[in-house]
Amino acid sequence: MTDSSEHPKEHQHGTTGHEWDGIHELNTPLPRWWLWLFYATIIWAVGYWIVYPAWPLVSSYTNGVFNWHARSAVASDLAALQAERQPMMAKLADASLQQIESTPQLLDFARALGGRAFADNCAPCHGSGGGGAKGYPNLNANRWLWGGTLTDIQQTITHGVRSGDDQGHQGSMPAFGRDGMLKRDDVVTVANYVRSLSGLSTAPGTDLAAGAKIFAANCAVCHGPQAKGNRSIGAPNLTTKIWLYGSDLNTIIDGVWNGHGGVMPAWGGKLDAVTIKALTVYVHTFGGGE
Amino acid sequence: MCPGCTSVFAMEGGAGAQPGQPSLMSLVEEAVLPPGGGAAAEPQLPDENPEDEPLYAARKKIYPQHVTGTFRRIKWAVLIVTLGIYYFLPFVRWDRGPNAPSQAVLVDMPGRRFYFFFIEIWPQEVYYLTGLLIIAAMTLFLMNALAGRVWCGYLCPQTVWTDLFISIERWIEGDRREHLLRDRQPWTFERIARSVSKHFWWLMIAWWTGGAWVLYFADAPTLVKNLATFQAPLAAYVFIGILTFTTYALAGWMREQVCVYMCPWPRIQAALTDEYALNVTYRYDRGEPRASLKKAAALHEHGQPAGDCIDCLQCVHVCPTGVDIRGGPNLGCIQCGLCIDACDAVMAKIGRPTRLIAYDTDINIRRRQQGRPAVYNLLRTRTLLYAVIIVLVGAVMTYTLATRRNDGVSVIHDRNPIFVRLSDGALRNGYAIRILNKTHQAQSYVLKLSGLPDAELEVIGSEGSSGGSPLIYVGPDQSREVRVLVTTHQKLGEGTSIALTFTVAPAEGGAAAIAADHFLGP
Repeated sequence: MTDSSEHPKEHQHGTTGHEWDGIHELNTPLPRWWLWLFYATIIWAVGYWIVYPAWPLVSSYTNGVFNWHARSAVASDLAALQAERQPMMAKLADASLQQIESTPQLLDFARALGGRAFADNCAPCHGSGGGGAKGYPNLNANRWLWGGTLTDIQQTITHGVRSGDDQGHQGSMPAFGRDGMLKRDDVVTVANYVRSLSGLSTAPGTDLAAGAKIFAANCAVCHGPQAKGNRSIGAPNLTTKIWLYGSDLNTIIDGVWNGHGGVMPAWGGKLDAVTIKALTVYVHTFGGGE
Repeated sequence: MCPGCTSVFAMEGGAGAQPGQPSLMSLVEEAVLPPGGGAAAEPQLPDENPEDEPLYAARKKIYPQHVTGTFRRIKWAVLIVTLGIYYFLPFVRWDRGPNAPSQAVLVDMPGRRFYFFFIEIWPQEVYYLTGLLIIAAMTLFLMNALAGRVWCGYLCPQTVWTDLFISIERWIEGDRREHLLRDRQPWTFERIARSVSKHFWWLMIAWWTGGAWVLYFADAPTLVKNLATFQAPLAAYVFIGILTFTTYALAGWMREQVCVYMCPWPRIQAALTDEYALNVTYRYDRGEPRASLKKAAALHEHGQPAGDCIDCLQCVHVCPTGVDIRGGPNLGCIQCGLCIDACDAVMAKIGRPTRLIAYDTDINIRRRQQGRPAVYNLLRTRTLLYAVIIVLVGAVMTYTLATRRNDGVSVIHDRNPIFVRLSDGALRNGYAIRILNKTHQAQSYVLKLSGLPDAELEVIGSEGSSGGSPLIYVGPDQSREVRVLVTTHQKLGEGTSIALTFTVAPAEGGAAAIAADHFLGP
């Protein structure tokens, strides 16, 4: 109804002088409470400085009257979490490993707790799902260098392998070639013989009988006359389809020449007993546990 | 929002009134207000230098006058129904049997559940919220396409609570004229007593509003008892405090400032409206030129035209946002229709036809001016589309709600390792299977596998077996994840991937839930 070129308010505050298609921009003042809100935010900021850590000083900073710290806030959050978990942690501490696995409630809790601990501590070497890598055992498989029962796994996690821990697993594969115990040709022959034990192909013209002789003289002490391994010293069973370092000829030659032997740290001092229990159950229930 | 743009549309009371035309009400106005103040103030001359303009202006206090009529009655009804639902709904009980709360509407944050009468929503069913939001948005758009900002005028919480606060104010401080007069007087004991009493009741309502809010998040009767005995959680008191403050500030003090300066909806709706939306409209074809009863009679005697508007300013005085609707559609108008009621009352009194102000369109005004009949075009492409979307989304939600299962299964294949070679050469795949039990009783489920004949199925944490298939226990209203191992002795070639199906059925019988995955080989 009104002429768009002349708005009644134009008389009141004037316009900014801007115009689009006959529409003028009024120069209406902002509401005053808007200004108050602006002052209120400034006062709020001052209050914030007083209450919380705010200003850097030469060698420290203002602490604020609440004495609030991000670090102590995290600590209290963690303490609250621990308190919430406490009843289940106590049950886990009291129960035997076998009881934990046979009680669904405890098993679910242990697997959840163990899963986090595994991701934090074990996954860098063994992989996020325990799938392993060259030299780092696949924990899902059903062959164990040092035993796959709950007790065996707990012992290995607590004390480690070649970790320097007195109760840790010991035992090492000698470097037969490097240390001059076997000649080069003998190393190749025995490597071919080892492949034949698990049904793998051998290089043409290999004298397997000679290989068997070399094996009996040098390897059987640890790996056993049937090459079935020896868990007390961590000597692997050489007749299965599972290979820690790989089953190709060169890898086996390398193993015999230089000797293999990885290190598993002892977690006993680093993780608490309940966490190690949970880890044991978690690893055992990957599917390969004995 | 852009304050500069706002100012183009923002108008205050009396802005559209034609100056220099005396009327009964404007005389009253001048009697109680000092010269130069109030709604009927003389417009100032344009400032030569805009730099001299004040940057900030104080809010002009609005004293909305009491009014009766059709739209006021609708507003009362809406206020009673909506506030009644808000304040009392948490106390409505709904029996869900054991292992579940008996509150009809409950947002259980720690338990991650939302209960609404017979519906129970788990967090992963948040898409129902998406559906509700789509329906809410489309309903708002539809209302806007039909009749402008009727949401603002009748249903918006800001409007409803402001309406309630204004009626409290009127009850204690008196109607417009009495209140205006008293505000001009010095602070007498009576004025102080009335003011204190008003703020006390405002704060009581605000406090009850905050109190009702927290009752939606816990068992209402228990929480009321705990709040009264100071045993409720700190968060409950904090939220009551926050909502008491916001209700008191927004409905008591800010009122129309919220609608004009803070709310984004007026800007959005301006982009969504069209020329056929019914807006509260002053029918200037009938109303102009304005003239008092006496002046109109004089004009008619001289054979000159006079409109039906007698410039009594009743429409301005009842307006809760201080708008003069005769200035045309503008940002302050929330389409509540109270000016229609006020004008109708005046028109009835002076024996002229009512609805000089009505829900109408500018198109109709122009058509009437040209002597053509008015058109009401409510069935437009946009209104039909909005309605279709509302019905469609509503139908999809109803269908999925009615047919959804109260159990479910999902499966994730192990990512590391993809497969495991066992010492005898067999292949094994690991899966994490999560079973949902949405019933309020503990259930055992039978897990079966198909797609890989002769495969061995092992469940870590299984409770025995039923007919050779593993049984998995899941607590009431819970979900449980178990580790599942599938082993085969088949010789599988390179890059093998075999489709598998896991089915999970309640041991007591019932339809099975199905999840698909693959068995992967080397």
